[in-house]
Amino acid sequence: MSTQERDAFLDRPWKDSTAEPFIRIEGVTKRFGAFTAVEAVSLDIYKGELFSLLGGSGCGKTTLLRMLAGFEEPTAGHIYIDGVDMVDVPAYARPVNMMFQSYALFPHMSVEDNVAYGLKRDGVPKAETSQRVADMLSMVELLELQKRKPHQLSGGQRQRVALARALVKRPKLLLLDEPLAALDKRLREQTQFELMNIQDQLGVTFIVVTHDQEEAMTLSTRIAVMDHGQIIQVGEPSEVYERPQTKDIANFIGTINMFDGEVMSSNDSFLLRCPKISKPLKLPSQTELNIGQQVTLAIRPEKIKMTLEDPHDPSRITLRGEVLEFAYMGNISIYRVKIEGEVVLQITIPNLDRMAERKIEWDDQVFISWHPDNSLVLRD
Amino acid sequence: MIKPTDSALTASRLNESTKMIFHRRWVRVVDNFFQSRWKGLSVAIPYVWLVIFFLIPFFIVLKISFAESLIASPPFSSLFEWSEDAALKMTLIFDNFAYLWEDDLYVKTYLNSVKISTISTILCLLIGYPMAYAIVRASGTMKYLLLLMVILPFWTSFLLRVYAWMGILADQGTLNSFLIWAGVIDQPIRMMYSEFAVYIGIVYSYLPFMILPLYANLEKLDLTLHEAASDLGAHPITVFFTVTLPLTIPGIIAGGLLVFIPATGEFVIPDLLGGGNVLMIGRVLYDEFNSNHDWPVAAAVAIALLILLVIPMMLYQHAQSRQINN
Repeated sequence: MSTQERDAFLDRPWKDSTAEPFIRIEGVTKRFGAFTAVEAVSLDIYKGELFSLLGGSGCGKTTLLRMLAGFEEPTAGHIYIDGVDMVDVPAYARPVNMMFQSYALFPHMSVEDNVAYGLKRDGVPKAETSQRVADMLSMVELLELQKRKPHQLSGGQRQRVALARALVKRPKLLLLDEPLAALDKRLREQTQFELMNIQDQLGVTFIVVTHDQEEAMTLSTRIAVMDHGQIIQVGEPSEVYERPQTKDIANFIGTINMFDGEVMSSNDSFLLRCPKISKPLKLPSQTELNIGQQVTLAIRPEKIKMTLEDPHDPSRITLRGEVLEFAYMGNISIYRVKIEGEVVLQITIPNLDRMAERKIEWDDQVFISWHPDNSLVLRD
Repeated sequence: MIKPTDSALTASRLNESTKMIFHRRWVRVVDNFFQSRWKGLSVAIPYVWLVIFFLIPFFIVLKISFAESLIASPPFSSLFEWSEDAALKMTLIFDNFAYLWEDDLYVKTYLNSVKISTISTILCLLIGYPMAYAIVRASGTMKYLLLLMVILPFWTSFLLRVYAWMGILADQGTLNSFLIWAGVIDQPIRMMYSEFAVYIGIVYSYLPFMILPLYANLEKLDLTLHEAASDLGAHPITVFFTVTLPLTIPGIIAGGLLVFIPATGEFVIPDLLGGGNVLMIGRVLYDEFNSNHDWPVAAAVAIALLILLVIPMMLYQHAQSRQINN
């Protein structure tokens, strides 16, 4: 392996087939009676990752997290943390700490005592305990509130106490269950970056459970998308966004326009015959396809260009349409454009010019175009 | 142009709206009545009840406790007298309270009552806490079945249940017969008419009063707090002493007072199960009143008992208000 290759792997150990995973989840299944919450999940997570488990409610992400923490026993399969099989290790003996969705701060203890709780259990000497508690509280900027009780704090402050309490024990692995769900939008964005900074500073491996795709995209080194107890795709945020493997993932993460149709060929490339559109649509190259196959062509709203004049670019797919409506979002505008066959597409346009200079209005006849290689072929 | 049907419709609509106005007016009248009169009345009735059947009798007892015992009907001197110069004269006799202090029987009995009810309260707590905990942790139907079993004894008379214990604990009773049959003992053990029997009676009778407030407290407890503690490295026993127990102190205090207060003044259980061997203040009061016919001393015993019981109540109130302020 060349030095260059090694450097490339340094930040992305999952690309390196020789790297040892820090956490290995092997064929883990969890059943509650007849209900299967998690089904045959296998995952490798590497040291220093900020890994997200993303999915809607009831997809099994929280159950998987609780099995890592030791609150649930897997019905089948193994979990290894740093090479040690965790199956028979009780929650209190695992090198793992969790930040709960409800924060679960002890209401009868002050902020200081909450944070010190874990160190006291480990028998850390008093002087060291108070030093580490003070360090941790100053990192989350709560040192002056250390004598307060949890109910005297705001939501954001409680969240930071919960984080400090989980981190003060310097766990190898920190589990975060919907860490930002209870915060308002502004605080959430701010805290996202704080979390990333803290993770970077301490080098702790984070596993975050979230239902918020935007949060997962900003925070994570990698995302595992879960549905019905199974992992349906694992990848870096850009991979999951740009190359979703199924229609469900494409729909769950961001917005996407889709055309269903049948594959046909012409000369050197494949085309999609879409029953609603008269013109066949060119499919991206480098995709293995069979003629007659039913597939879906998908294109993200920001990959589409919209102009008043025909771009006359043979390399792009160009369609005519009419602006139905648009929403001004400040940084971008979202347009809904009706093309032939009652098909409505969503297009996002960055607002490069001021609002007053906006060129495209309601009912305007427009040309929309995209490069075939920016589109995707999805199967069911 | 308005068609006839339309106008009819309009008329009926108008009618509807006037009806609505009338309706609203009525609602307002009724509301006002309820708010002013009825609300006052609903508060007044229980207070009138308490004044007639609690406060007035209390003052009568208080009055008697300052009187002198007489062989007459009623058997005590009157507190107020018209002197010859037509002035109202009030004679307060503190002898009864002094007597309670001088005769060490009363002090001893008070102390014994407090001892018995304290030990009973602790026993109820030790038995009731695990039971309440188990009920909270039980699932679905089982939980309600267990709760029902705690409440079930209330469906039979308290007196009957104490009599049942007499049958169980007697020399020839169920328990002794069973132990002899099982070959554990040859001779019946004397269990009746002892402090042991009184403890059994009190703990048995008052256990539900300990379990129910503890159950209510434990039920509200957030289970993720246990998980958080265990996640931070606390062994289950440590979790109990550092998280569960401190958070159930309100339930322990409530349950403790519900057992301690009635147990201190308990009369039936020491009388039926303790016989003459266990002195408790409730029994002394009863004897003073019914056997000695010394109403003033009996009244003084009652007032002293009340003071004894009001102190822990006030401490509890104080603790509760402090908790609310926190």
